[in-house]
Amino acid sequence: MPNARITVPDRVPRGLPFEVRIQIRHPMETGYRTDDMGKSIPRNVIRAFTCRYNGDPVFVAKLSSGIAANPYLRFFVLARASGELTFEWIDDAGTRESERVAVNVG
Amino acid sequence: MPRRFLLLLMLAAGAACAQERTLPIAALRSGVTFAGPDVRALQADDTANPGMLWVQRGGELWTAAAPGGSCESCHRGAATSMRGVAARYPAFDQSSGEVVDLEARINACRTQRQRAPALVREADDLLALTAYVAYQSRGMPMAVTIEGPARASFDRGQALFHTKHGQMNLACAQCHDDNWGKRLLAENISQGHGTAFPAYRLEWQNLGSLQRRIRACYFGVRAEMPAPGARTLTDLELYLAWRAQGLAMEAPGVRR
Repeated sequence: MPNARITVPDRVPRGLPFEVRIQIRHPMETGYRTDDMGKSIPRNVIRAFTCRYNGDPVFVAKLSSGIAANPYLRFFVLARASGELTFEWIDDAGTRESERVAVNVG
Repeated sequence: MPRRFLLLLMLAAGAACAQERTLPIAALRSGVTFAGPDVRALQADDTANPGMLWVQRGGELWTAAAPGGSCESCHRGAATSMRGVAARYPAFDQSSGEVVDLEARINACRTQRQRAPALVREADDLLALTAYVAYQSRGMPMAVTIEGPARASFDRGQALFHTKHGQMNLACAQCHDDNWGKRLLAENISQGHGTAFPAYRLEWQNLGSLQRRIRACYFGVRAEMPAPGARTLTDLELYLAWRAQGLAMEAPGVRR
């Protein structure tokens, strides 16, 4: 499965904020559920999420078990220069994943 | 004389499409119209709709190599070749001699043409391929064929829909034909159309097939659930698809 769907505008005017949307595929297992055999399913949620714009962190989130599966985040970033947004997240199982998307300013 | 001829013609036409509808076509309403504003907004916006994760994966699988060739090597671009296909399923399959739903059709293609292993029902990849194919028919009207070899399956499905099931002793029709639009505890009772499936159900926190949804109804009336892929479920899927005739396809939908 792809691990995320990211939406940014094709071109953004310099100096104005633009909207970033990311949907991450993740079960966000709360740790409170049991499987069919009655065995507890270990907690596994995305702990931390960071978005960097040309290397600088512009959006950081701490997620918890209260967030539903396949979390959808939406935030605004100020367009400074063309470059790249990188997204990185880590879950309780220690899996670290990342995605990147190009930003065209002008 | 011309008048009598006209009458005969009308009678003949009437016999050909004499299938009685409890819900007239003009009264049909998509399941999404029974959902709350949050769920409707989630379905309406493809960047927020979690089902699109599976559609995206389905697009990758479409071009993925297999011993007998990828889906794309035969069907080329899905946007043209698969347009309207999902709206015609379940459909009679000549080679197996029975009515198959979209999932079974995809698996038949995998095992017979692609020489790839069949995918288990509700596996992420099968859901992804189904969602990807169904997505190509978005907005198109449901249009299954119930005449000819599909008739027996349709008749079984229709009979099942009107048969009381389980400890609650309820038939599908009692909720979805007779009492749609009313409340059942916290739920709005829908007309029971499968046009949004495979759909992302918030309760499942996952994409699921129409069969899974029907199985959930069996559970709800405390009846024994048919196994995934059972003929019973395909029969019901066919009856439901005919019942939703003309409603727009909306896969991947979002439901509570």
